[in-house]
Amino acid sequence: MKPAPFSYVRPMTVEEALFALAQQGDEAKVLAGGQSLIAMMNLRLLKPRCLVDINRVAALDYIRQDNGTLAIGALTRQSAAETSPLVLQHCPLMTEAIQYIAHRPIRNRGTVGGNLAHADPTSELPAVAVATDATFVVRSANGQRTILAADFFVGHLTTALRPDELLTEVRVPPWRPAGQGWSFMEVSPRKGDYALVGVAATLQVKDGACQAARLVYNGVAGRAQRVPEAERALVGRNADEAAFREAASIASQRVDPHSDFHATAAYRRDLVNTLTRRALAQALARCGKRSA
Amino acid sequence: MEQEKVTVTVNGLRYERLVEPRRLLCDFIRQDLGLPGTHVGCEHGVCGMCTVLVNGQTARSCLMFAVQADGASITTVEGVGTPSKMHPLQQAFWEKHGLQCGFCTPAMLVTALELLNHNPTPSRDEIREAISSNLCRCTGYQTIVDSVEHAATLMRGGV
Ligand SMILES: Cc1cc2nc3c(=O)[nH]c(=O)nc-3n(C[C@H](O)[C@H](O)[C@H](O)COP(=O)(O)OP(=O)(O)OC[C@H]3O[C@@H](n4cnc5c(N)ncnc54)[C@H](O)[C@@H]3O)c2cc1C
Ligand code: FES
Ligand code: FES
Repeated sequence: MKPAPFSYVRPMTVEEALFALAQQGDEAKVLAGGQSLIAMMNLRLLKPRCLVDINRVAALDYIRQDNGTLAIGALTRQSAAETSPLVLQHCPLMTEAIQYIAHRPIRNRGTVGGNLAHADPTSELPAVAVATDATFVVRSANGQRTILAADFFVGHLTTALRPDELLTEVRVPPWRPAGQGWSFMEVSPRKGDYALVGVAATLQVKDGACQAARLVYNGVAGRAQRVPEAERALVGRNADEAAFREAASIASQRVDPHSDFHATAAYRRDLVNTLTRRALAQALARCGKRSA
Repeated sequence: MEQEKVTVTVNGLRYERLVEPRRLLCDFIRQDLGLPGTHVGCEHGVCGMCTVLVNGQTARSCLMFAVQADGASITTVEGVGTPSKMHPLQQAFWEKHGLQCGFCTPAMLVTALELLNHNPTPSRDEIREAISSNLCRCTGYQTIVDSVEHAATLMRGGV
């Protein structure tokens, strides 16, 4: 099918984009990489009256580092983040996760900000954002606010963004490589497909003991889901197979995944168990190393 | 209906057209520019048949509007080679039976072109990873991997 008619605005600056969004209200949609939006318009699942195409807003396309905080402009292409030495250095979890997003032609166009704003529950980057306590810088004609990743994702394809707001930047707090390990793992029907289940894991280990852990899953709920009970089961314990098994078992009991024609809920639950064990083992092996 | 002016360079030739903003790049290429080599399958990014190079990078032309390509340089299969002057990739697909019905071939060629531009000596796994973005219902992919591997050899001057 073909998209329904719309009017087209192509701002060159953030201010022009915010002005257009303020004028159009909820009739307008931001067009970033188009890799989700145009697909939905072609299927006529969405019929926005106006598209505000931010692809020429060069000021939103950057990857910077500021005192260890990684700042990624919303328009940064997924393929640029995937190959960025700065992202690898300051958030290797993201580098690893991006490789599971679709295929190269889609990552060449799809943006980091668009992926997060789209908030697909099976998507990898929201899980990374929650696992790393990322913050989102959001602007409208009325001003700017900052939203914590945990508050940004509300539910299936739903975020805290208001229709007149533009996501401009994702900020990932400083990564402490000493004693910190990470792993992103996922199972999908075929390579590049949306995930059945994925896990973003980080682990902080000192003298063999777990000091902190993060376990965040994509594909098991309406949004990226953190499982604090499983994390708590690790803290203070020796970082070993027995602890990882227990955390994995708790996580698989705490999640409440759905069944669909790709997989049953029971299979997804089983994947949570297996992927958690494997991811924690890999995170442990990487503790204290900068990147894989 | 409101129309926008688009100026693009496709396979080295400059085109200027007026289009509706909702005109997809794939339909613009096929219907407005009369270049039917770029195929259309699913129209939602999954099959890969509409893949073209936009400023040297692969993109789904069903997930871009023609207006967005204003100022861009695009390569379609028609720009890869001609029957009398085939690109080594086309030569290799011919020799190694890289196609049966041919529906996926334009996208496979363009996708392989991006790969070989970045990586002149890809492993079979790297070739598989690259072409995994495109579906083929005929070949079972093995002969496509053979073809891309052979093309890499040809492009390095081997036989
Ligand atoms: C075949 C296929 C397979 C895919 N597989 C995966 C996968 O495995 N994992 C995965 O995570 N994704 C996958 N995707 C989706 C892909 O990652 C998209 O690029 C992404 O979801 C959306 O990013 P975009 O830049 O293309 O945004 P768009 O499609 O342009 O926009 C998506 C939504 O976000 C809004 N938006 C975009 N940018 C902003 C902004 N800066 N501020 C406010 N709102 C904004 C838009 O208005 C729209 O509602 C796949 C896509 C395809 C076609
Ligand atoms: S037609 Fe574009 S990906 Fe299928
Ligand atoms: S040769 Fe028929 S689809 Fe590939």
